Amino acid sequence: MATAPLFRTEFWRNGPQPGSIYNFPGGKTKPDLNPMKRTMNPTVTGTSVLGLKFKDGVVISADKLGSYGSLARYRDLTRVMKINDTTILGSSGDYADFQFLTNLIQERVIEEECLNDGFGYTPLRLFSWLTRVLYNRRSNFNPLWNTYIVGGLQDGEPFLGYVDKIGTAYQAPTVASGYGAYIAQPLLREAFENNPNMSLEEAAKTIDRCMKILFYRDARSLNKYDLAIVTKDGVEIKSSIVSETNWEISDFVKGYE
Amino acid sequence: MSSIGTGYDLSASQFSPDGRVFQVEYAQKAVENSGTAIGIRGKDGVVFGVEKLVTSKLYEVGANKRIFNIDRHIGMAVAGLLADARQIVENARDEASNHRLNYNSPIPLKHLTERVSLLVHAYTLYSFVRPFGVSCILGSYEADGPQMYMIDPSGVSYGYNGCAIGKAKQAAKTEIEKLKMKDMTCAELVKEVAKIIYIVHDEVKDKNFELELSWVGDMTGGRHELVPPNVFAEAEKHAKEALEESDDSDDDEL
Repeated sequence: MATAPLFRTEFWRNGPQPGSIYNFPGGKTKPDLNPMKRTMNPTVTGTSVLGLKFKDGVVISADKLGSYGSLARYRDLTRVMKINDTTILGSSGDYADFQFLTNLIQERVIEEECLNDGFGYTPLRLFSWLTRVLYNRRSNFNPLWNTYIVGGLQDGEPFLGYVDKIGTAYQAPTVASGYGAYIAQPLLREAFENNPNMSLEEAAKTIDRCMKILFYRDARSLNKYDLAIVTKDGVEIKSSIVSETNWEISDFVKGYE
Repeated sequence: MSSIGTGYDLSASQFSPDGRVFQVEYAQKAVENSGTAIGIRGKDGVVFGVEKLVTSKLYEVGANKRIFNIDRHIGMAVAGLLADARQIVENARDEASNHRLNYNSPIPLKHLTERVSLLVHAYTLYSFVRPFGVSCILGSYEADGPQMYMIDPSGVSYGYNGCAIGKAKQAAKTEIEKLKMKDMTCAELVKEVAKIIYIVHDEVKDKNFELELSWVGDMTGGRHELVPPNVFAEAEKHAKEALEESDDSDDDEL
């Protein structure tokens, strides 16, 4: 027969162990002590954005697909945006984050316009600001899941810049984000090096070729894209360009039936 | 004023025995010390004109503007204390911006006027604030045509076809009433507005003034903007000529 101990070894009954959290009576149990979590992956995404300087300005292109994972969920999204008569913006990555930033930029552009003091967003100013916003967000472990391509005319000269979700930023005469950085960037560079003073037609043709090749090779792309053009005459956005494709050799592909 | 010395005028939160709120009436007096501002709603837009009194030659040209952009499609002309007016402008811009964020569409002027009126009125209710010494005219161009409202220091607002505030509002109103503004375009109205500002300006009491003109309507693509320099010059020339003519005829009568 077990004998009762002379004194109790525990400190108290029906309570938490020393050092653990007290559970309040009446339903609410343990407080949630897990580390704070944030969404760390994109949902609806856009693929590559291409940018190219030419003699009189800059072109930026992005296709119209919004992918939901590997599903081609939306087929008519616009991922290039006019900021003002000298500035355009293209975005790849999370579409919701792009829309959020679009609203923010729009608000700030209108604020500037209201002051009517002769100042406004230039490509360099917008680029610089975007750099700060994106770097700040990643530093708070809450990045905007995008790569932005900023283009336009800065003091009459073509400007083209790249900022990604961790705030990495650079300027270059040709830029490409996403899959395009691998597939299209070499082609754009080659075209630019062979002809640094392209006309608008030549630039548009180069972009078209790259977009077509991306459509062939990038499984998250669509054969329908927007082309934003900045020249001294202002911004023009050519919408829903479809380039002609050739699938003759597809018959030779075997083994995926 | 009969009210002086009778009390009840130190607080905006207390009525006088005969049912008035003197602080609000003083605010309205403050507006009447200011240069005249007018707005006319035509068939294709709204035109604003302001007689901006220049109290010192040392000011830069174009300093202390009294016509403001609130949103792309909304303009505001003010009369009264400029510093108070700027606070109202800031509030109106916030309201317009919030509407864009929440509803993804430009704010209808009717809604904006209601929100700004609410603020102006709130400042007539408490003893620890004073009312705004400002009247403002708001104008916009929307899907259903041009809109124009005026808000006074008491916080009431109405829609108008023609509207004048400030020093010479009575004279300006009689001039506006002569116009058939509903059949007039902004291109025609801008000349009339300039003329009216020149007519109601009192050279004896106030020596220098700058004319400010802005418009919003079909011709600006629905944006509120200051009128372009060439239109401004033409309107001002028209106004000065009209004034000289009337001076000549006055001389004839004498």
